[in-house]
Amino acid sequence: MNPSLVNPDVPVYNPRNYLNEPATGLRSWLLTLDHKRIGVMFLIATTISLFLGGVFALLIRIELLTPGPTIMDAMTYNRMFTLHGVVMIFLFMIPAIPSGFGNFVLPIMLGARDVAFPRLNLLSFYLYLLGAAVALYGMIHGGADTGWTFYAPYSTTTITKVVPILLGAFILGFSSILTGLNFIVTTHTMRAPGMTWMRVPLFIWSIYATSIIQILATPVLGMSLLLVSVEHAFGWGIFDPARGGDPVLFQHFFWFYSHPAVYIMVLPAMAVISEVVCTFSRKNMFGYKAVAYSSLGIAFVGFFTWGHHLFTSGQSAVDAGIFGVLSMLVGIFTAIKVFNWTATLYKGSISFKTPFAYFAGFIFFLVFGGMTGVALATVSLDVHWQDTYFVVAHFHFIMVGATMMAFLAALHYWFPKITGRMLPEGWGLVGAVMVILGFNFTFIPQFLLGNMGMPRRYYAYPAKFWPLNVASTAGATVLALGLVVVLVYTLISLKWGPVAGSNPWHSRGFEWGTPSPPPVENWETTPVIDRGPHEYDEGATVPPTVSPEPEPTHAS
Amino acid sequence: MNELMRRLLFLPEQASDYARDVDHLHFFIITTTMLAATGVFATAIFFFLRWRRRSDSDVTPRIEPTPIHEALFIGTPLVLFLIWFAIGYPQYVRLQLPPKDAMDVFVQGKKWMWKFAYPGGPNSVDTLRVPVGRPVRLLITSRDVIHSFFVPALRLKMDAVPGRYTQSWFTANKPGRYEIFCAEYCGMGHSAMLGELVVLPAAEFDTWLADQRRGDKAVAQDSASTGETVLAAGNLVADGERVAAEQGCLKCHSVDGSRHIGPTWVDLYLRQEKLADGRIIVADEAYLTRSMMDPAADIVAGFQNVMPTYQGKLTPPEVAAIVEYIKSLKTSAVRSGPSAGPVYEPKPRQP
Amino acid sequence: MPAETTYLAHHFASLEKQTYAARLGMWLFLATEVLLFTALFAGYGVYRFLFREAFAESSRHLQTWIGLVNTLILVTSSFTVAMGVDRAGKGDGKGAWRFFLVSFLFGAAFMVFKAIEYTHHFHVGELPGRFYTNEEVQLVGAPIFMALYFLITGLHGIHVLVGMTVLLVIGLRARAGAYAAEYSVPVELAGLYWHLVDLIWIFVFPLIYLV
Repeated sequence: MNPSLVNPDVPVYNPRNYLNEPATGLRSWLLTLDHKRIGVMFLIATTISLFLGGVFALLIRIELLTPGPTIMDAMTYNRMFTLHGVVMIFLFMIPAIPSGFGNFVLPIMLGARDVAFPRLNLLSFYLYLLGAAVALYGMIHGGADTGWTFYAPYSTTTITKVVPILLGAFILGFSSILTGLNFIVTTHTMRAPGMTWMRVPLFIWSIYATSIIQILATPVLGMSLLLVSVEHAFGWGIFDPARGGDPVLFQHFFWFYSHPAVYIMVLPAMAVISEVVCTFSRKNMFGYKAVAYSSLGIAFVGFFTWGHHLFTSGQSAVDAGIFGVLSMLVGIFTAIKVFNWTATLYKGSISFKTPFAYFAGFIFFLVFGGMTGVALATVSLDVHWQDTYFVVAHFHFIMVGATMMAFLAALHYWFPKITGRMLPEGWGLVGAVMVILGFNFTFIPQFLLGNMGMPRRYYAYPAKFWPLNVASTAGATVLALGLVVVLVYTLISLKWGPVAGSNPWHSRGFEWGTPSPPPVENWETTPVIDRGPHEYDEGATVPPTVSPEPEPTHAS
Repeated sequence: MNELMRRLLFLPEQASDYARDVDHLHFFIITTTMLAATGVFATAIFFFLRWRRRSDSDVTPRIEPTPIHEALFIGTPLVLFLIWFAIGYPQYVRLQLPPKDAMDVFVQGKKWMWKFAYPGGPNSVDTLRVPVGRPVRLLITSRDVIHSFFVPALRLKMDAVPGRYTQSWFTANKPGRYEIFCAEYCGMGHSAMLGELVVLPAAEFDTWLADQRRGDKAVAQDSASTGETVLAAGNLVADGERVAAEQGCLKCHSVDGSRHIGPTWVDLYLRQEKLADGRIIVADEAYLTRSMMDPAADIVAGFQNVMPTYQGKLTPPEVAAIVEYIKSLKTSAVRSGPSAGPVYEPKPRQP
Repeated sequence: MPAETTYLAHHFASLEKQTYAARLGMWLFLATEVLLFTALFAGYGVYRFLFREAFAESSRHLQTWIGLVNTLILVTSSFTVAMGVDRAGKGDGKGAWRFFLVSFLFGAAFMVFKAIEYTHHFHVGELPGRFYTNEEVQLVGAPIFMALYFLITGLHGIHVLVGMTVLLVIGLRARAGAYAAEYSVPVELAGLYWHLVDLIWIFVFPLIYLV
């Protein structure tokens, strides 16, 4: 019997774990079918992408330090912001939490041995690498200059290398679809005995909602990108007005995916936060059902709001009205979550460790990011703000402020489970403060720039926008340094961090019932679940009941 | 109060009543947001402090929400959001309904400048003059890719889409000079595509317009960015016809479809022409302009190399006028396609 | 030997769960395929609304007889695939293979007729966008019709080829005895994919040919 499960006060490093079994060496990793190894590989790949996208961001901000040319010419700048968007969205934001942390944690949380389709899981990783490689090829050969939104007819007539980037994103879409498909089937068919739907951890509810969006929306993106590629390469005229085509149709197609895509990016963040809030306040989630169903609500309503990206494109007022109202509904679901998370803290037992610090940042940014979203949805305000830095600030508040904070929260929360070691608490708080403060200084000036009327994607700008741009760049530098701090201590802790033990946070989430790092099979015997996750009102410290169950004979 | 909030939020001046109304909604939203956010954060911080962890094995009560909680969590934001929508949406609808007596201005975005034309003249580049207190309707299109006509001081924005017209309108309520930006990424010159809205007192505007149409003043102060001068009178097509006659173009190019010394100008625009060297080109603005400046470069098959160059003989506005005139010579044959929108340089057919 | 020993994967609790998971996975994947085509159909719908006459005229100039023949071919092949799945469910791997082979050949016939049709389009200049040189139908919107025609039928053709490969591979494995009556889910899934390919064509044919 594993001593760490008997006496959680003595942290023990599990010697036989997924890192050294069934084999070590590059080949065993590259051909692995173990969801934990695949998750780790995704985490490494997406983290590299995060820093690549971040480099592009810093270059943009340095260029914007002066109203005129600073370190590059206009064409290069246009490529920079395009690549920043493409890399961040397709290579980091969409896969990082689901395919990284989701892959690692979801089966363990469900009490399962792996995901439903381990080979498809490995395939999704290789598709990620292939898509990244194709996009990288495009980048090296100059890269596109269209913005990540690829609006026609600019994207179909520009001379830059649009097609490799489009194809790269197309391939990455398949990676996303496979991950989503795997998670849905796993959640339906591989829950441990006793885990009814109302006992499923909230992390999984949100990842499940994410997966639904992934499989339904991504094919439409694939088709849109394919259409632009075909038109760019062959001139078939689908979006070309001179041949009867309609350029606004591309916007409809594109945003039909890309709006739900932003929920693919934010729902996993909310998933992580649900877990972190409960663990670090030792409290059951205040409105479990509300939080669970609001995830599905966001996924569902999110499909019907794409038109709010087209308020100034000349569409009818009726369309604008419908999309405006529906966009606000999504805000309601988010508000439900925010209130429930806050209410969970009531009469809890709150421990302000680094994951919780990121939760604090997350809540602050989600409230403002969300509210500015609702403000944009009032339509008349959007007419002023559309395509200005206000919108840039709004979506960075959510993408960086919410999702990246949640990513960092997940990193600090699950690092002990993944590696068996702890990240340093003191440095963790330093990193969190730098990231949160740096973020504020980067993006609050951008709200004001948007109010002033500074449009997006501007290489040069009138002098009156200068001071706020300098402030924004200063903030970005602090943000970047904060992330570097996090990266450095994470790398150091991989080897030299103190041993964590199976449950360093004293959490009653299901995944903390396994040793750290987990064995290949996750659970020696399949757990039987007799209650929901995060119930802290009983006094016992051991996570779910573990009772031996006769195992059927297996072929593999 | 209005002025204080406006400055606090870094908003530009309000050059119309509509802008002021939109700003009022903005102030309402931001104030409510700040209050609500402060409430949430204060509650959260109080909870952080009041219920700090004493021990890692603390027991906490299991608390479930009551229907009242859920009703409040859903109801409060819902009511607020709908109120905001009820204010903002009618404002947006106002933008779609220009008054019947609005003065029309045609706006054409192209890489990387704004062209304005008043029906009956004149035309200008990058500078739009309008009178105070009179509604102005903008009919906006693009010559190439999507642009967006944005005047922050009016809180007004509308995309310029190739192949169709979009519209917006405003009534400026105080004289001044206001910035015009392009708000839809359109390539290298996107951030250089700046313009200026000049709002003149009504009488001054009327005088200016009349002078323009009479042709008494050469308006050199417009469009400093491109140096393009405004034609003194009339509209481009009529000018083009006049210049073409004066410069002798019509001696060789017919306007009734008959073949003469040079290719006929009827349906010439966007026609696919086979050149003497076997290439196929499309007769777009670039080709037409090149043909005037360097006629020997791309001779149409079946015609002689006898056209003289007009470099130095035609000013740029005159060239533009001739191009516009050629574009106006269309029969109802379908093959040419619509006259707006991007044109591709087709790859030569494989031999 | 009980079926579990041969077929149950290590991470599933029971063969029943594994079968259910496989089916659920396949249906989800088919949903993504449907959405892929839905995007194209939506584009088709928009442009048909904008260019009613041109689309009607261009559609009338298609060789409807080929479309009809192809429809009959695909529907029949769906029937033979269903027969093959039934054989596999009864443990008859060789029977399943035979039916799948017939379906594969039907698929090949479909592609042959498609090739004939495409060749005709090339000859009369009915090509997408700027390559359109057809003399008979000279309406704005005709080149867009052809662009969508090639995109939709081309994408569908690619799926037919993929389906044919799947039928071949699964059919050969069935013939080699890889499946049993207790566990013929892979054969079932292969059949499902082919039925989807057929179903998409059932939408394509009236929409594009019959207008």
